[in-house]
Amino acid sequence: MPRTVRDVVFVDGVRTPFGKAGPKGIYHETRADDLVVKAIRELLRRNPGLDPKRIDEVAIAATTQIGDQGLTIGRTAGILAGLPTSVPGYSIDRMCAGALTAVTTVAGSVAFGAYDVAIAGGVEHMGRHPMGEGVDPNPRFVSEKLVDESALFMGMTAENLHDRYPGITKRRADEYAVRSQEKAAKAYADGRIQADLVPVSVRRTNEEAGETGWGLVTADEPMRPGTTLENLANLKTPFRVHGRVTAGNAAGLNDGATASVIASEDFARENGLPVKMRLVSYSFAGVEPEVMGYGPIPATEKALAQAGLSISDIGLFEINEAFAVQVLAFLEHYGIADDDARVNQYGGAIAFGHPLASSGVRLMTQLARQFEEQPHVRYGLTTMCVGFGMGATVIWENPHFEGDK
Amino acid sequence: MSTTAELLKGAAELFPGEVVTSAHVRHFDLPLGAGRFALITLDNGHDHTKPTTLGPQSLANIDAAIDQVEKEAADGGIVGVGVTGKPFIFAVGADLKGVELLKRHEDALAIGKGGHDVFKRLSKLAVPTFAYYNGAAMGGGVEIGLHCAYRTVSAAVPAFSLPEVFLGLVPGWGGCTLLPNLIGAEKAVSVIIENSLNQNKQLKGAQVFELGIADAIFEGADFLEQSLIWTAAVLKGEIVVERPVIDRGEAWDQAVAKGRFVADGKVHGAAPAAYRALDIIAAAKNGDLQQGYDAEDQALADLIMGGELRSGIYAFNLVQKRGKRPAGAPDKSLARPVTKVGVVGAGLMASQLALLFLRRLEVPVVLTDIDQERVDKGVGYVHAEIEKLLGKGRINQDKANRLKALVSGVLDKAEGFADADFVIEAVFEEMGVKQKVFAEVEAVAPAHAILATNTSSLSVTEMASKLKHPERVVGFHFFNPVAILPLLEIVRGERTDDAALATAFGVAKKLKKTAVLVKDAPAFVVNRILTRFMGEIQNVIDEGTPVEVAEKAVEPLGLPMSPLVLLELVGPAIGLHVSETLNRAFPERFTVSPNLAAVVKAGKRGFYVYDSGKPELDPEVAALLQQGDTVLTEEQVRDRVLDAVAQEIGLMLDEGVVAEAQDIDLCLITGAGWPFHLGGVTPYLDREGVSERVNGKRFLEAGVASVPA
Repeated sequence: MPRTVRDVVFVDGVRTPFGKAGPKGIYHETRADDLVVKAIRELLRRNPGLDPKRIDEVAIAATTQIGDQGLTIGRTAGILAGLPTSVPGYSIDRMCAGALTAVTTVAGSVAFGAYDVAIAGGVEHMGRHPMGEGVDPNPRFVSEKLVDESALFMGMTAENLHDRYPGITKRRADEYAVRSQEKAAKAYADGRIQADLVPVSVRRTNEEAGETGWGLVTADEPMRPGTTLENLANLKTPFRVHGRVTAGNAAGLNDGATASVIASEDFARENGLPVKMRLVSYSFAGVEPEVMGYGPIPATEKALAQAGLSISDIGLFEINEAFAVQVLAFLEHYGIADDDARVNQYGGAIAFGHPLASSGVRLMTQLARQFEEQPHVRYGLTTMCVGFGMGATVIWENPHFEGDK
Repeated sequence: MSTTAELLKGAAELFPGEVVTSAHVRHFDLPLGAGRFALITLDNGHDHTKPTTLGPQSLANIDAAIDQVEKEAADGGIVGVGVTGKPFIFAVGADLKGVELLKRHEDALAIGKGGHDVFKRLSKLAVPTFAYYNGAAMGGGVEIGLHCAYRTVSAAVPAFSLPEVFLGLVPGWGGCTLLPNLIGAEKAVSVIIENSLNQNKQLKGAQVFELGIADAIFEGADFLEQSLIWTAAVLKGEIVVERPVIDRGEAWDQAVAKGRFVADGKVHGAAPAAYRALDIIAAAKNGDLQQGYDAEDQALADLIMGGELRSGIYAFNLVQKRGKRPAGAPDKSLARPVTKVGVVGAGLMASQLALLFLRRLEVPVVLTDIDQERVDKGVGYVHAEIEKLLGKGRINQDKANRLKALVSGVLDKAEGFADADFVIEAVFEEMGVKQKVFAEVEAVAPAHAILATNTSSLSVTEMASKLKHPERVVGFHFFNPVAILPLLEIVRGERTDDAALATAFGVAKKLKKTAVLVKDAPAFVVNRILTRFMGEIQNVIDEGTPVEVAEKAVEPLGLPMSPLVLLELVGPAIGLHVSETLNRAFPERFTVSPNLAAVVKAGKRGFYVYDSGKPELDPEVAALLQQGDTVLTEEQVRDRVLDAVAQEIGLMLDEGVVAEAQDIDLCLITGAGWPFHLGGVTPYLDREGVSERVNGKRFLEAGVASVPA
């Protein structure tokens, strides 16, 4: 049977505002599956041309797939969101790159011709499901020295990455973090972020956390606008004595969900759906687990090679800021300046937060906005590091591209 | 401290046991840059199984919340105020426990006024107000929203009502006045009067929107988010709420007249609440809200101090609480599982029982009868009923397939009942026949199987007496129509053991029936009281009182139908049979009417013809009647009938037929449809002085279903 690979596009993406994990966080009394449901419903409202019956898949990522993130959340969230029961769903896990992998997996199915359109997203409620909840690492990892003991502790892997790139000092990391907060605050002031947020009603019964009763969340909670180098200089380095990684130059522990619509370009055009980005290539790569943050570099090498592109062809970067050092290592590898204007124009996870398996679609949603505003850019890239030593990269083409000018 | 606060403080002191609802005020920015908003959440701190109610301290909390937002609104700190509830519940109205405690008219007046004073403040804030009906909303819960400028409702709301008239009150915190002014008199009458008198029918979210009570409807999944986005759009002027103009002309009067007609049909003037509500709705035509609120206060206070409401609350609690936790039932851990049911007989009653067991237990049900034709007919009936349910969309094809596959019929009891855990007989009402059937069943059914009888008048003890294991026989007396009347009299024979009884109660619960434990006494509860009641009516007719006088005499009770219409429904032959049974047991009190016997002998199915549209005495029946020459007045008839009923109930309690008078009332409400405003009947007999006159004492202590002393 002759088969043609089909072009795959990013139709639209939304997310909940991100919250701080913990008893005082805005989502402390909100279920993870409800966060996903709000995002899916917002996508359907924003895209009335998308007939819910036509959706071929709901792929939702979560790292800790138990409780309200378990029970095959892609399926349950679809039903809870009011999708027809004929629409299937599944769960996916690649830790921090969960939502990104949900996108690439359904994209592969679209390209193959198995699906016309799918929903892909992710969720992590790190307040209800702290990192490491219920894990049971095989003792052989340590006894046979398959990985260093630090591999399971993301902050330690970030310190290890500083060791690999001795030129990336704590000060450089802090400077990067301050810029991330500044850029995020500006993006908010310019109204670039809010358009892709879905408001979430939240209940609070704990008086110690603030006013009680129902409230409405319309903005990211973790943001710290006005952060200065001085603020960051004296923060503790919890992962290593005299270390470099602090709460200020890393993403926090967060709650949130994202969702996107991925379709064949033909389907999108036939149904009058927006085409915000066109998928060029995607790739995943493994590295030593103890330097997990190095992952985006080999993943990007592979993705560029597949696409026949070089790094200089990439006009916009959305790099997940799990740790400042991991972004800086990537930039240093490619000889890009720490403050290059093409990189994380709206700021990143250090400001917005990083609810693990949800973040990939946030990168895409922001890149899509930037494509729209910058038609002179042809290619952009979303990339992130992944626990246990992986990297994930997706290269996108700007459908608004107006040719080299 | 404002006078409202003082009023509520005084009321709160009368009700120390109130489950207090908090009114949490939380502020946030609305979407669309619409500004700062204050949202009040009503929450009693319990989960949805304990719905939020509004007692005096709760009202005081709402008052305090309004103090806060009133100031913020006046200062320009907020652009709007919303009210919503905890998950799944908006608020279900006044706390009835607090109402029961009120002893003085002025305290009752204070409750009405307190609610009005607090809720009215919402409509007078300097900013627009919004109610978000997120879940169940009843009575005062609905009313707090009516005082807001705008309302949204969740499509997932399962129950929304103004149930006051059902209980014996009026919607008295603005409901009678505001609702007709919002949606017109006709729709308001349907909500306030018709739904309440139609077994307290509840509205769903979609109907709340269609009636125009809510201005917008959103799905449950993101109801509050969408309500708040809608709010922002309203505040910014992007959405303009338009409501239809209300017809304040003749239509208003017609709606009220129709309400009176409905009330007459249901309570026959015997309960005041519906009429008081209609008076207020009628007066609301002029749009004068304060006048309406004052009338509501007066009506509330009068009704709270009246016996009908106390009886209504008593009856409501019987059905909701005692009906779910039957007095005297053995520990449910003793119950045995029932995984297969046998039905002896395949006639209409047996087939109806088979259908009920099938639908509720979803286990195999086997019918047996004396020939294949009857068996096939019984199974055919069940299959046809399943098809009807399928046709109405009440069940889907899979469920229909499942149910049909579960029902079967066999001639051979050994084949049918060898693995049955529960066998019920519904064969001819004759002791010898029933004893024979049970002996046959015992020979083939497993040793643990419960043998149940649907007898309405025979002794369960005697029926079991010839069995090897009489301890597993129970009476399981349903009321016709089986699918509709909730009551199930569970009869303990002298030898019945706790395990059998516990199993019977367990099955009753699964059947969703209201089970009442009854001693093995002639005709049990409902039939005994109804037969005594009917017997006295027949006696006065036989003695010479005209039929219409006898019928009209008991109209002030507001029973669902007149005595002779009831006799028609039951069937004169069955009525005669039961009166003969009771006559044998208690010849000094139960008579057998020669006129009734004549009617039955003549093959008449009833007393009335309906050719003119109204019931008129059938001339053929009239010709049969042989009456004496003692003509009583309506009042004399009523006294005689009520005296007889009071005497019979007194004797039944002395005999220990049921544990308490409460069980008698529960039986009459759920098995005979006797009205809430009578409280079944003993509260009525107490408040009319009949109990004292006949038995020298009340059935219930003062305060149980009456204003406490």
